[in-house]
Amino acid sequence: MSFLRFGYVTGPAIGALWMFILATTVSITMSFATGDAFRPSLIIALLVGAICGAVAALEQENRIKIAIVAVLVFVLTTVGIGPMAMESSILSETFAAISLALVMGWSMVAIMKEVPIGPLNRHETEEAWIRFLTGFGYIFFTAIVLIPFYVMVMTSLKSQSALLQNPLDFSLDLEKGWALFRSYHELFRDFNFGTYMWTSFFVSVLTVIITLAFSIPGAYAVARLRFRGQKAFSRSILLIYMVPMIVLALPIYIAFSVTGLRNTVIGIILIYPVTTIPVALYMLQGYFRGLPAEVEEAGLMDGLNRLQVIWKITLPLALPALASVSLYVFMIAWNEFLLAFMLLDDPSKFTLTRGVAMLNSSEIPREHLMAGAVIATVPVMVLFLGLEKFMTKGLTAGSVKG
Amino acid sequence: MSVATPPQGQGPLEKREARLAWSLLFPTITIVSLVVILPLLAIFWISFKPIGLADLRPPAPVLRESLRGSGDDLRIEYRLRNSSQDTEITDVVILDTLPESLIVTGDLPAGCNLEGLAFTCDLGTLEPGYNERLRVPVMLADGANEDAAEEAAEGSEPEVRGDADSILTNSEFTLENFARVFDGDEFWTVMWVTIFYTVVGTVGALLFGLFAAMLLNKSFRGQGILRGLYLFPYVAPVIAVAFTWVNLFDPFSGSANALLLQMGVTTETINFFGQRPLALIMVTVFEIWRYFPLSFLFILARMQSIDTDMYEAADMDGASPFQKFWYLSLPMLLGILSVLFLLRFIWTFNKFDDIFLLTGGNAGTRTLTVNVYEQAFAISNIGAGAAVAVVIFGCLLAFSFFFFRFISREEGL
Repeated sequence: MSFLRFGYVTGPAIGALWMFILATTVSITMSFATGDAFRPSLIIALLVGAICGAVAALEQENRIKIAIVAVLVFVLTTVGIGPMAMESSILSETFAAISLALVMGWSMVAIMKEVPIGPLNRHETEEAWIRFLTGFGYIFFTAIVLIPFYVMVMTSLKSQSALLQNPLDFSLDLEKGWALFRSYHELFRDFNFGTYMWTSFFVSVLTVIITLAFSIPGAYAVARLRFRGQKAFSRSILLIYMVPMIVLALPIYIAFSVTGLRNTVIGIILIYPVTTIPVALYMLQGYFRGLPAEVEEAGLMDGLNRLQVIWKITLPLALPALASVSLYVFMIAWNEFLLAFMLLDDPSKFTLTRGVAMLNSSEIPREHLMAGAVIATVPVMVLFLGLEKFMTKGLTAGSVKG
Repeated sequence: MSVATPPQGQGPLEKREARLAWSLLFPTITIVSLVVILPLLAIFWISFKPIGLADLRPPAPVLRESLRGSGDDLRIEYRLRNSSQDTEITDVVILDTLPESLIVTGDLPAGCNLEGLAFTCDLGTLEPGYNERLRVPVMLADGANEDAAEEAAEGSEPEVRGDADSILTNSEFTLENFARVFDGDEFWTVMWVTIFYTVVGTVGALLFGLFAAMLLNKSFRGQGILRGLYLFPYVAPVIAVAFTWVNLFDPFSGSANALLLQMGVTTETINFFGQRPLALIMVTVFEIWRYFPLSFLFILARMQSIDTDMYEAADMDGASPFQKFWYLSLPMLLGILSVLFLLRFIWTFNKFDDIFLLTGGNAGTRTLTVNVYEQAFAISNIGAGAAVAVVIFGCLLAFSFFFFRFISREEGL
């Protein structure tokens, strides 16, 4: 690989790839924003990129290198023989060309920072490639996460016929004002989504309460108290945590059919905590183990009994863990689909996810389905973003379930 | 002088602690065994039974009472039917109270008895598909109105009892379900799809998670925002993101196809979720997309706890960035990577809703878990579904054996 270790090899190689990545990124972004045709041209992008990479490796002042690259890319692109071909309005074409040129100039020079044109040592080469990979990584992950959510929100605001004509045209007619939210309005008015939301909320909150009520004593016992079978017990928690829901769903379906609990919200409330108790037990016992035992022993010495110790010392200390467990359990219950789908048939008793599943039919327009998806997503997202610290901590504290 | 000896066995304090532990655990054990252990046993039981979706309602005698005819021909008719066409019902008994406004005139049907107003019939066994009328000739009592009598007769609900042999509880067993599951090529197709989905999905999610963790393992402005953003796929409800993907990759109105067409990558639309083997690849990609955040979170947490001294020492020795990654970071991450691999492997193996929502198990994406649903509800053969579930459970036991044997020591689980 030693032939790579020259500025005039590394620069053009990175430049070519980077140019193509940027051209693709700008094309996709502009296509999604305007609905018009933007496409990267592979060969030209590689060639132009190689030149830019070589320029960025020159021993010049950064400003001058950025200017050269940007002007080169901009002129070629607007003339029509650049790394990106466009068929759109002048305004968006110019905008696309300028952004591509500026981003390319700035980022190329940043990637080739301190990489001279001549022979390089191993560090310099690898640093340059790592900066390239990092840039690519940010673009890649942001794109794959954002695009589906962008499509979800935008589809819910557009009519199906408009999207059939041009599936890329997500531009919104802002003059319509509130009429943009028509499908949301119809979901709440005609499809009972207000009730579903309330049912989901109610079920999730009850699930959290019941789960905590069962798992706090259990987790404490497994984590703190010595008894025969403690080890086996803490392993079997993990084992139960691994039993697939679909295996349990079948007998639960049969039992609920026979006892008449199927198709009732009570049945759902009975069954949801059981799916979350192992998770909560597992997370909480990990946290309880981490608490210093001395504090509790001090409490015992001062004449509290075990239950008082749990109530007055352990639980207040474990509040952050309780918060993250509650959040996580709430999220599981809110997102739960399989059991709701199998056990609920009566539209008046649906949870939100079951309601969204109902919208998946050819008679109901797509924008309703996507609006339903947005309605189901927004509450967890808000909760999650608001309490992200708890959430990430709770997740890493013990659960890997999905 | 007595010699001090260490206490033997459990002391009273220890006993008390153990008692407390069990009483704290009792509610959890009860509920978990009710809803996990019991269903598991039930699954084993059902998997040996010839049982379909329709058999969930046990056969029962159905009875309707009405007052028919007029004048001399007045009679009470009981219409009795066996709800099942292939199971007999034994010890059938009818209990009813006749209204005072009617007086029995003729002979009672065989097996029936009248004491005062209490009317009972002991009918013995009803054949499968039994459907008969029992007639009790009556006349109106003095001054009674016919309409009122009819209302009184039909108003008193007759009671009917009978014992039927439920397929759920009888002693009829069969191996046919398992024979069906393992029959022919289909099982191996399903198995191969499951293995591909599980292995590629798990490894992919781990690699992507590792990549994302390396990107965010430095502090810069906006790091928190990006970290939150990269967790989105995992936090959002599966139903929302699955339908979005289906929408996005729709062959007619999907943006992905439009984009590919426009960029000249393809000349005709691609049916991403509808053709082999692309559908299987797509559901695997979805799995990677949805679960890379989780591995990313864990790997990042582990990375941030690695001591930086080591890297400084490596810098002094002139190690290059890739060398530092390969010889320092990776060995440090091996523990969490192997734990994540096994856990994710098991949970990907267990995954049902993703594939169910994306393709419904069509186009060569039927994994074992989807097969449970498919057998039990689409083909209405609960027994066969249970047999597949038993196979899944067997695999799960094997995995967890591996887990506890080789991995759990690493992270002290």
